[in-house]
Amino acid sequence: MKSIAADKQNLDALMARLGTAARRASRRLAFMEVCGTHTTSAFRCGLQSVLPENVRLISGPGCPVCVTSQADIDELIGLASKQAVVLCTYGDMLRVPGRSGSLEKIRSQGGRIEVVYSSLDAVALAQREPAHQVVFAAVGFETTAPSTAAAVYQARESGVKNFSVLASHKRIIPAMRALLADRENFKVDGFLCPGHVSVVIGSNAYLPIVRDYSVSCVIGGFEPTLLLSALTCLCELAVENKAALVNQYPQAVTPEGNRHAQSLLMGAFEPADARWRGMGAIPESGYNLRTEFAKYDARIRFGLITPEEREPKGCLCGQVISGKVEPPTCSLFGRACTPVNPIGPCMVSSEGTCAAWFKYKGRLSPYSETPLQETAV
Amino acid sequence: MCLAVPAQLVEKHGQCGVVDLHGNRLPINTVMTPDALPGDWLLIHAGFSIEQLDPQQATETWSLIHDLRDADVQSAQLEPPSRPAADGSKQ
Repeated sequence: MKSIAADKQNLDALMARLGTAARRASRRLAFMEVCGTHTTSAFRCGLQSVLPENVRLISGPGCPVCVTSQADIDELIGLASKQAVVLCTYGDMLRVPGRSGSLEKIRSQGGRIEVVYSSLDAVALAQREPAHQVVFAAVGFETTAPSTAAAVYQARESGVKNFSVLASHKRIIPAMRALLADRENFKVDGFLCPGHVSVVIGSNAYLPIVRDYSVSCVIGGFEPTLLLSALTCLCELAVENKAALVNQYPQAVTPEGNRHAQSLLMGAFEPADARWRGMGAIPESGYNLRTEFAKYDARIRFGLITPEEREPKGCLCGQVISGKVEPPTCSLFGRACTPVNPIGPCMVSSEGTCAAWFKYKGRLSPYSETPLQETAV
Repeated sequence: MCLAVPAQLVEKHGQCGVVDLHGNRLPINTVMTPDALPGDWLLIHAGFSIEQLDPQQATETWSLIHDLRDADVQSAQLEPPSRPAADGSKQ
């Protein structure tokens, strides 16, 4: 069994390798992670603070709550405000601010907002309360989307008629393509690819990215050693001017992914264009329920009209998500926008870059001498 | 939200299972890992098992989490690693 001492030895060896690769690089190197859990894991273990000076790890569009467009958030909050609707959601969505408050605020005003552990809990609730319309707010990447598909199948098999989903699921590969399409301004030397999304889609899903854009994709795990190992691999590939796909999380990720999850997902959903915060509409970057499951689509059932996309004034979450700026660049960060009083989703979600930065790097901006507002966390 | 944790399957009835998560018993659905049997280690996400894991790797992960939890208590005694500069010198 591995001990922390053995892990420290591995970390020291990896740090030495990373340092060697960084010294060989004749320029600054930047890598992007596209996974909310990587964001928090990297901050929690202090990875950024031990990286060589010329190596940077940037957070990209990996937090499911953060990438959900403001229009989708407003649509969700609007639906939750309707009487006779019971809205079920994962806890992360509760405090995301919309144009007219948050789900938490609606709940405080008497609205029925239920936090669920699993999508199947929402189906069970619909069975228990046939007089109510139960809507499941479905957000998340390919890791989470199959569980929504399973809930839709469960509702159909059980003959549950008062259940529907408001789906805002996202696909990571089209988002990576959208970032790479602006290669002039998107100066990233490789992607640290998400471990748990990759469990479902498989490592081979990144091959077209490597081939089409000559950029390395390294799939990494979440423990400090695995994170550092993936980053070291990316650094060594960049120094050697190689673009390759490397699976550094073979404990859970296979080349073909989880075929059971994929068939569940693609049985209920089909790829569709989707709106992303700060990145606009990206072709085939989301999922719509297939025609045979249309009766479980809350947008159809309630005749929802998509609200106009209007992000909070002054909020730079969109630019933070696409790796263009770091949180302290935002004038709201740590002042008007804090974990207690979040304005943008990146400060709400525990996987958001702003929340992680605020929690682990403190409230003092590295770009300013100005002390930020003292706020209890 | 993409967080997933390893846990050991202790009961299975059809697609419904129960996993042991550090002593906590949680219900899960095994539709994505239909071959899983009691005793197997699974990766759990949002109430579903999304992959079977190698038992050794899973227990090593748990062991490390245990160690980190213990180390957190004594964190003041741990020396942080030094930061190598681009020119190779230590800071």
